[in-house]
Amino acid sequence: MTDSPVVAVHGEVENPALLHHFAEPQQQRDAASLGMWVFLGTEIMFFGGLFCAYLIYRRWYFGDWGAASKTLDVTLGATNTAVLICSSLTVVLAVWAAKTARRKLLIGSLLLTLVLGFVFLGIKGIEYKEKFENHHVPGPSFQFNNVKIPGHPDQYANPSHAEIYFALYFIMTGLHALHMIIGIGIFIWLTTKAWEGRFTPDYNTPVEIGGLYWHFVDIIWIYLFPLLYLIDRHP
Amino acid sequence: MSGHSSSSPLKLYFGIWITLLVCTGLTVWAAFMDLGRYNAAVALTIATFKAILVALFFMHIKGASEKLTKMVVIASLFFLLILLALSMSDYATRPWS
Repeated sequence: MTDSPVVAVHGEVENPALLHHFAEPQQQRDAASLGMWVFLGTEIMFFGGLFCAYLIYRRWYFGDWGAASKTLDVTLGATNTAVLICSSLTVVLAVWAAKTARRKLLIGSLLLTLVLGFVFLGIKGIEYKEKFENHHVPGPSFQFNNVKIPGHPDQYANPSHAEIYFALYFIMTGLHALHMIIGIGIFIWLTTKAWEGRFTPDYNTPVEIGGLYWHFVDIIWIYLFPLLYLIDRHP
Repeated sequence: MSGHSSSSPLKLYFGIWITLLVCTGLTVWAAFMDLGRYNAAVALTIATFKAILVALFFMHIKGASEKLTKMVVIASLFFLLILLALSMSDYATRPWS
């Protein structure tokens, strides 16, 4: 029953991917996965603070925020949501391919994920460009005059309240885009490792953990889309 | 373990993918309906449903071998709930706001 030293030495010889301080591959995999989940827990709190700020200001400046939100393009936002959902599918396919030793599917899925990630950032760039052109970026050149509040045709939105909406819009989507850029970096690294044939059914933790990160970024967007784009849309 | 169940997860993954896309369409459609004060509730309910699907099936919480993983997820959400509930109960009960 005193299995640890024997198994550890034995495992080290048989499986070079198993680090010496783990008894078996499953334990090593669980430890890595748990570490990623703890990191994602800190990310939940990180974005949670921003969502909390959103809720407070949304209550205070309800109509002004509705007017500001209506300037966003729902079609582009919904397209980006679909793009991210598709990328989550390719990620989960990549993880499955790594576990079942399907090399072509693994590399194809990773590359497709990268393409979808770049498409997302491209669409986001188009939206940002439009915001700069319309002077909807918070700062000295910010303009939001004579915009009516939805449901109140006789009232105009307060520009300084709308400015706070756009500030949170840029902080939240900007941080999300930063996470996307980091995710693309991780997936470029995963693709090169997959190309070298480093991932096998016995060793695929990096694909799995990178996938967890990507899915988390997708979940953040799943909340950002309705909260930023879809408020007060009805006529 | 991965050998004999090679075809079954694919069906699940594509099913979840289709459901997520349908839900995205649904939330856009619902946003243009006048549901009064329930617009936000509907949007957040659909978003939470989508997030749960991604977490359970794409992030494999459902089949996680470690109970610790589930505990970390639940603890994180619990602390998020504290952050939101206590902050909002403060702002909601201030007489001047």
